Amino acid sequence: MEFILVFTGAALVNNFVLTRFLGICPFLGVSKRVETAFGMGLAVTFVMALSSAATHLMYRYVLIPLNAEYLFNIAFVLIIAVLVQLVEMYMKKASPSLYKALGIFLPLITTNCAVLGVTLINKDTHAHEFLISVVHGVGAAVGFTLAIVLFAGIREKIEYSNIPAAFKGLPIALIASGLMSIAFLGFAGLIMP
Amino acid sequence: MKPLKILLNGVWYENPIFVQAIALCPALAVSTTAVNAIGMGLATAVVLIFSNITISLVHRFIPNQVRIPCFIVIIAGFVTVLQFGLEAYFPALNHSLGIFIPLIVVNCILLARAESFAASNNALWSAADGLCTGLGFTAALTFIGAIREFFGSGTFFGVSVLPAWFPLTVIIILPPGAFFTLGALIAGMNVIKKRRRA
Repeated sequence: MEFILVFTGAALVNNFVLTRFLGICPFLGVSKRVETAFGMGLAVTFVMALSSAATHLMYRYVLIPLNAEYLFNIAFVLIIAVLVQLVEMYMKKASPSLYKALGIFLPLITTNCAVLGVTLINKDTHAHEFLISVVHGVGAAVGFTLAIVLFAGIREKIEYSNIPAAFKGLPIALIASGLMSIAFLGFAGLIMP
Repeated sequence: MKPLKILLNGVWYENPIFVQAIALCPALAVSTTAVNAIGMGLATAVVLIFSNITISLVHRFIPNQVRIPCFIVIIAGFVTVLQFGLEAYFPALNHSLGIFIPLIVVNCILLARAESFAASNNALWSAADGLCTGLGFTAALTFIGAIREFFGSGTFFGVSVLPAWFPLTVIIILPPGAFFTLGALIAGMNVIKKRRRA
């Protein structure tokens, strides 16, 4: 039960992009086409799940025994950078077309605040539960994927609509994400104390 | 006229938020009040100044292939120091900014300035660039924060300014309002830019 709660909490109620504002850069940057958005979502999901697990182990079994909790930020960033490098190498081999489509945004997952954000939230709230940390990471990533794919669908339609010149490009994208964010506020009713 | 150029670039022509549209996460998340926005902006500016100075001093000793991880570690070091400082002297601010303080590490502005400015200029200019870009970021954040605070809670820097009968638009301080405010502001910037050109 707790797993379901943490999962829906991270994916829908506190959606990382639309409610917590984590991972806005790829959300606005790689959401022009649905397929690329989906690929980005998958890559982020993979990195987030792995880094939730790795940072949890690192924090609990290395940093705490060494009394070096204050190094969490540096340690987490390095772990994420290594994982992203691995994903990049794998994708270059396994799916060169997706690798090309993601372009600069693939290495930039390292500096995706959603990934570091989820590990920091794990550290603060689920520091003693390995499985919960991983479920939280996956939930957050699914929420990210859901938001970016839906948003890419909206943006493909916006391309062909007649909008005021001043709003072309980023402003209309921000307004559209605001409207999506209102829709996601509705999920707040899912989990009630 | 290099100092003037650095200042104008940082604050206006290359404003991180309104022109380059980078580092939008903290801009959207902590701009619910003007005070939070200033705190976040200045915290980022401090890290930016020190990381710019350090990177401009050491970049020639770092092999090109591993420069990004090295820059990130330098930035993370300064963020850790900053967090200790905030915890000790501004615990309330530290609490309300929450995870967005450690997240300065992955703020695109810091790496962008390290790559595009600090790695090719001397320490003094890099410090100036850090200061000016930081000021531009702080100004943009405070502007968004002041607008959201005014319409959403009827206050200006925590002081109540709107009469009680004035209807508050609560959605502005909720997450969707951040997107709307920033979208409207960038659209406004586009209009100004177009007028200038015409």
